[in-house]
Amino acid sequence: MNDMTQTNLQKDLKIVGTRPLRPDGADKVTGRALFGADKSLPNMLVGRVLRSPHAHAKIISIDTKAAEALPGVKAVITSKDFQDLPSEFVPAGEMMVNFKDMTRNIMAREKVLYEGHTVAAVAAINDAIAEEAMALIKVEYELLPHVMDVEEAEKPNAPLLHDDMITIGVEPAPKKPSNVAKRVEFGFGDLDKGFKEADLIIEKKFSTQPVHQGYIEPHACLASVSEDGQGELWVTTQGPFVVRNFCSKILGMSTSQIRVTASEIGGGFGGKTVIYLEPLALALSRKACRPVKMVMSRQEVLMASGPTSGAKIWVKIGVKKDGRITAGDAVLKFQAGAFQGSPIGPGAMCAFAPYEMTNVRVVGYDIVVNRPKVAAYRAPGGPISEYAVESVMDEIAQKLNLDPLELRLKNAAKEGTQAPYGPKLGPIGMIETLEAAKAHPHYSAPLGPNQGRGVASGFWFNIGGETCTSININEDGTVGLTLGTPDIGGSRASMAMMAAEELGVPMSTIRPIIGDTSSLGFNFLTGGSRVTFSSGMAVVESVREIIVELRKRAAQLWDVSIEKVEWVSGHARLVGSENPKSLSLRELAEAAGKTGGPIVGGASINATGAGPSLATHIVDVEVDPETGRTTVLRYTAIQDAGKAIHPSYVEGQMQGGAVQGIGWALNEEYVYDDNGKLLNPGFLDYRVPVCSDVPMIDTVIVEVPNPKHPYGVRGVGETPIVPPLAAVSNAVSRATNIRFNELPLSPPRVLAAIESR
Amino acid sequence: MSKKHISTVINGDAMEFLASPEQSLLDILRDELELTGSKEGCGTGDCGACSIMLDGRLVCSCLVLGVEADGKNIDTIEGMGNGSDMHPLQKKFLEHAALQCGICTPGILIAAKALLEKKPDPTEEEVRYWLAGNLCRCTGYDKIVRAVLDTAADMRAA
Repeated sequence: MNDMTQTNLQKDLKIVGTRPLRPDGADKVTGRALFGADKSLPNMLVGRVLRSPHAHAKIISIDTKAAEALPGVKAVITSKDFQDLPSEFVPAGEMMVNFKDMTRNIMAREKVLYEGHTVAAVAAINDAIAEEAMALIKVEYELLPHVMDVEEAEKPNAPLLHDDMITIGVEPAPKKPSNVAKRVEFGFGDLDKGFKEADLIIEKKFSTQPVHQGYIEPHACLASVSEDGQGELWVTTQGPFVVRNFCSKILGMSTSQIRVTASEIGGGFGGKTVIYLEPLALALSRKACRPVKMVMSRQEVLMASGPTSGAKIWVKIGVKKDGRITAGDAVLKFQAGAFQGSPIGPGAMCAFAPYEMTNVRVVGYDIVVNRPKVAAYRAPGGPISEYAVESVMDEIAQKLNLDPLELRLKNAAKEGTQAPYGPKLGPIGMIETLEAAKAHPHYSAPLGPNQGRGVASGFWFNIGGETCTSININEDGTVGLTLGTPDIGGSRASMAMMAAEELGVPMSTIRPIIGDTSSLGFNFLTGGSRVTFSSGMAVVESVREIIVELRKRAAQLWDVSIEKVEWVSGHARLVGSENPKSLSLRELAEAAGKTGGPIVGGASINATGAGPSLATHIVDVEVDPETGRTTVLRYTAIQDAGKAIHPSYVEGQMQGGAVQGIGWALNEEYVYDDNGKLLNPGFLDYRVPVCSDVPMIDTVIVEVPNPKHPYGVRGVGETPIVPPLAAVSNAVSRATNIRFNELPLSPPRVLAAIESR
Repeated sequence: MSKKHISTVINGDAMEFLASPEQSLLDILRDELELTGSKEGCGTGDCGACSIMLDGRLVCSCLVLGVEADGKNIDTIEGMGNGSDMHPLQKKFLEHAALQCGICTPGILIAAKALLEKKPDPTEEEVRYWLAGNLCRCTGYDKIVRAVLDTAADMRAA
């Protein structure tokens, strides 16, 4: 069932929209919360990974004999310990996965395809011995030429990563293999006609660097496979069910043989939606017959877990003098890393999505290079393509002497607009965020010398997907709520709030927990900004069903028909009786034994109807003309949340996304040497924003309800990282009077541009 | 190399352990003493998630060797306050929603407490520079800074 009416939109809400303390908070401020690396088991081994020192090489041989013979080493695995898998694409949220590639990414087979690629793993009684064992593994490589850049990789004579890769999406199919995995195209209308109608056309190339999600908690897991083949996995992940299914496929185990328990998760941002250590730890445990704990170092996280794509983007936009867009055209080339599967699809779909377009085309290419395989990162693809479009929009505003918000208002997508990727949009908040930006005091505040103000808007779809929750009315009338989507930023609070609102009881009587994979049916992962939307929908549905059950129980006790019983403020009440009767949740729970046993319920849905969330950000910067350093002076993030269940955590998403975007715009980038070796695999040189880099991030939550969710929720986690790239770049461009089209805007790049001005 | 016997006082309790010469104090705390509240985000002193107090000085425990702790006083997040008697910072972090995933929270709380002990009336800029060694990737720091400033105001008024 997925056609919930919006019965609660107009209702006087008691809990939804307030700011209660989160149920998991006390554990997190006292150091008790257990994250991926915080759990141990008796007789546990340490697992470590041997990684490729080369960007591209054939594996001639791997000799593990000496390592295996080292006292204290209990298991060594290589690709021989994993079955090969055929090419098979499976949708994984906003991304696709392919098991042939996945098994090669977790453990290299024929070749290593990037520095840091796993070639073997060891389980030993301690870290020092594991380290010693790794040094004893002899790997013979035949070095191959490597390629790091998409425009180099697509050349006909470029080093080939995969001999059998034929570009998908090109008719007729190319005869020869290449590094171009896929071509996608979206759009409609007549581009030639549109550009002919234009009074001004701006055409520009852009480039962005790959950036890492930068979660502070490295990947970590603890695996235990028993002698009879039953596997237990404790892991920091956004999707325990997805981890279970991926691992069972890779390891040839049945789904029921692996039980995955999600630890508290120390940040993910999309990067913990895939597997790295998990199948290795299970395989080592299976081989050693002991529990195995594996934790990545920060260096391994940066070298070998997925960043998002670096890209080359070409954009052309035509406008009338009044600013109305007549045509938009774009070509995107995304780095996939070593295996296909960049977020080129969503990137292409989002590019012009904030606007009402009549003639539009976006072509995208997914291109493999000798870098780590990309993973989802917050609105995967969106920030990259929209950065380019929003930069051109700003230049158009300058050239036409139009206010950049007015230019956007003239072209804003609204309910009924045909999105460039096909469907007609439902109610969306693009206009509302622009109006809120115009009205915000930030927008009219004065600027000083060397300062500039940038604005940009951003669009993200949000998703729904398979979701399942259960609910138990305990014997004392308190409520157990079991969820299958890891809580990455306060979702237990919002789930308990929606359940309490529906049931009419205080939030403190509801205990939300994240269940393991054997306690619930399949749940798709925490991602796509889907949790408050989808799990919230399932929670509301399960509470509504349990209210029917509670009315039934009361009817039984009163010996009336269920129609005579209504549910009001946490109580069953007899309708239209001269003798008013009432039973509290506690009384009904205590009587459950007499009315049919425990009162339990749950919901299983495939949530559809996620509503896109739009945002507009305003940023002021000051650029030091002597050093090229950019200081962010003031920042305001405005976003349509649909409905903010817990406004503090909605603001938190907006603030966190904005600052990640500032890092992407100003500092973060991977620096490789000529041999394809990463020069900055640490937080000292891969510089994410620190506290002193940023100002307060003001927020304005706009609420244009999503009609498909019982409380109007859209999902808010991803959109806030979309606008900052262009907003910051536009601000720097206006401060320096130089149009920038490359990220990051690090001091040397900005200084060079200032000096050659 | 043989392990060395180390005597310390951790969160007010005398504690002894054996440390290999190469073991960091963070590894000792987490792996030997099961005090997992201090987190390892980088192991190189860049993220601050392992912040502790060593004889009253704020340090990254990943940059201190276990053997260096001999005869010293160590304060970790586990000793900062508990459910019924939380430190004002812990309460304010919850009220302000100053944490999302919570992995950086122990280190930030330890660092913020050290700041307020040194400077009960910090400016926003002072808070930002003091916490510049503690990375948070979720919050954008806004609510963290507000929580620290609000705690300072409350503690001064008390």
